[in-house]
Amino acid sequence: MIASLSTPAWLEPYVRLVRGDRPGAQVARITRQLGLPLLGIGLFLMIWQAGASKIETSLGNLPGPTQVWEQVVNLTEEHREERLRAEAFYQRQHDRNAEKLAANPDARVMPIRGYTGKPTFVDQIFTSLKTVMSGFVLASLIAIPLGIVIGLSGATYSAVNPLIQVFKPVSPLAWLPLVTIVVAAVYTTDDPLFAKSYVVSVLTVMLCSLWPTLINTAVGVTSVSGDLNNVSKVLRLSWLGHVRKIVLPAAVPMIFTGLRLSLGTAWMVLIAAEMLAQNPGLGKFVWDEFQNGSSQSLGRIMVAVLTIGLIGYVLDRCMLSLQRWASWDKTIATR
Amino acid sequence: MATLLELTAVSIEFKTDNGPFKALDNVNLKIREGEYVSLIGHSGCGKSTVLNIVAGLLQATTGGVVLDGKEVDEPGPERAVVFQNHSLLPWLTAYQNVELAVKQVFRGQKSRAEMKEWIEHNLHLVHMDHAMHKRPAEISGGMKQRVGIARALAMQPRVLLMDEPFGALDALTRAHLQDSLMEIQRELNNTVIMITHDVDEAVLLSDRIVMMTNGPAATIGEILSVDLERPRHRLELAEDPTYNHCRQEVLRFLYEKQRKAEDYPNRSQSKDRAREEANVTALRKKHVA
Repeated sequence: MIASLSTPAWLEPYVRLVRGDRPGAQVARITRQLGLPLLGIGLFLMIWQAGASKIETSLGNLPGPTQVWEQVVNLTEEHREERLRAEAFYQRQHDRNAEKLAANPDARVMPIRGYTGKPTFVDQIFTSLKTVMSGFVLASLIAIPLGIVIGLSGATYSAVNPLIQVFKPVSPLAWLPLVTIVVAAVYTTDDPLFAKSYVVSVLTVMLCSLWPTLINTAVGVTSVSGDLNNVSKVLRLSWLGHVRKIVLPAAVPMIFTGLRLSLGTAWMVLIAAEMLAQNPGLGKFVWDEFQNGSSQSLGRIMVAVLTIGLIGYVLDRCMLSLQRWASWDKTIATR
Repeated sequence: MATLLELTAVSIEFKTDNGPFKALDNVNLKIREGEYVSLIGHSGCGKSTVLNIVAGLLQATTGGVVLDGKEVDEPGPERAVVFQNHSLLPWLTAYQNVELAVKQVFRGQKSRAEMKEWIEHNLHLVHMDHAMHKRPAEISGGMKQRVGIARALAMQPRVLLMDEPFGALDALTRAHLQDSLMEIQRELNNTVIMITHDVDEAVLLSDRIVMMTNGPAATIGEILSVDLERPRHRLELAEDPTYNHCRQEVLRFLYEKQRKAEDYPNRSQSKDRAREEANVTALRKKHVA
């Protein structure tokens, strides 16, 4: 991983170019590696700009790349302003308290009140990330042990398989009403640690994203090669020893494949869940903008769409790096 | 040398969709301590089945296997197996693969330092010292098989069982590993049962060659004693009359007495018979030359 001192593959042509090592070949590689994707993106932007100006919607012209970029700038500005306002709010309270104490050192000081401004776009990104990671981790904690048990015991597999097949294809939008009602009934503390919308979103994400990990773990556990089982028999490994030393390590690549698929599913499900559960993340942002119907809304929704896509891509890449680091089978699907 | 391993009237029948399939019928074999026995025969004659029964991975339907006076009914490290596909754990290094076996067998008997020394000793026996901290994906087929042999030897088995250990390797690697095996045999004097397809390998390495008849209901056809002095050097043996005689005997068994039924479909046709005889004579001439 980090221990490897060799240049990463994508950086190599630039290093060689600087060194003067066969510049023609390096330029060709850079063109293919960077130039072609940029060309593709450029063409897409041009088609978008041309097409967008032709479409008139009830909320104005469909935004092209330039309007979307404007919105990106707007949203960052708003975020910064909001942060300044929050800072000022806290500063005022501190000043007031300091004055009081200066006048009378024994005066009772008011506790600092929380800032109740609207969450900004950047805040919403972080809320979404927090929610998706909670749902994903919860799903993995359930799916991996359950998958191992199912894989090891054919009887359990036969018992549980019909349930898996029936619940796997259910859309998050179908789960939401049920989850909302159940949470409303069961989660009735006076001082909740988590907002109801957060719990609903996390549970929905969990219900939808646990299936890929569950199935892939079960498959990984059952498909340990016969030869390895024979080795275990000759060595007279105990059942637990067999599971710990042979079955689980052999299943690790498949488990990671499942985790990667689950994370992708979780991110997609999250946006839908947030929209309907009103969890203050990207999903809610899109929904609010849609309800808002201002001239800027479409542009902002597009910014959200692009952000969602980029974050999904980054999450996938992180999972892939984790898989490459932890999994012994380096040949497993790397795209 | 006393009898170490004895197979008595071993038969095995598999239940298939088309009815019971008798793979082996009445196999009787006595193996002495320190003996190197090769099992040879056509594909599908049941050699691996015999080995698996001795290993305990399969149960005979009638008859049994007795090792050291005790009946064999389950696998164990005293009958260590070297598989045709090395069967190394891909997520462990060569050292760790052998360590797994050593820890399992010698837990409580050797100290950590002793175990380390023992593992390194066995890897040294197979000439894998330089690559002991590499994973199977990073080493060649021959090296993987060496590690498999080291792992089996590290269990200090009473009988070493090898299922076509060099079948997946090229001729040069095979030659190297055969020499290594003879060296190890010389040093450890262990009892070995090896399955092979290669007649030269069988004659070169073994004290006795057990030739099996064709399946189904295969049994032991002939047993040939190889009276060649050890150490054996393959280049010198090419001229040795005993060596050539042994080779001829095995080939005669395989190609004349136990022809595979598929090779010659219409045995009763006289025209084909003539062709058959001509083929066999030509084969004999080619191999004896």
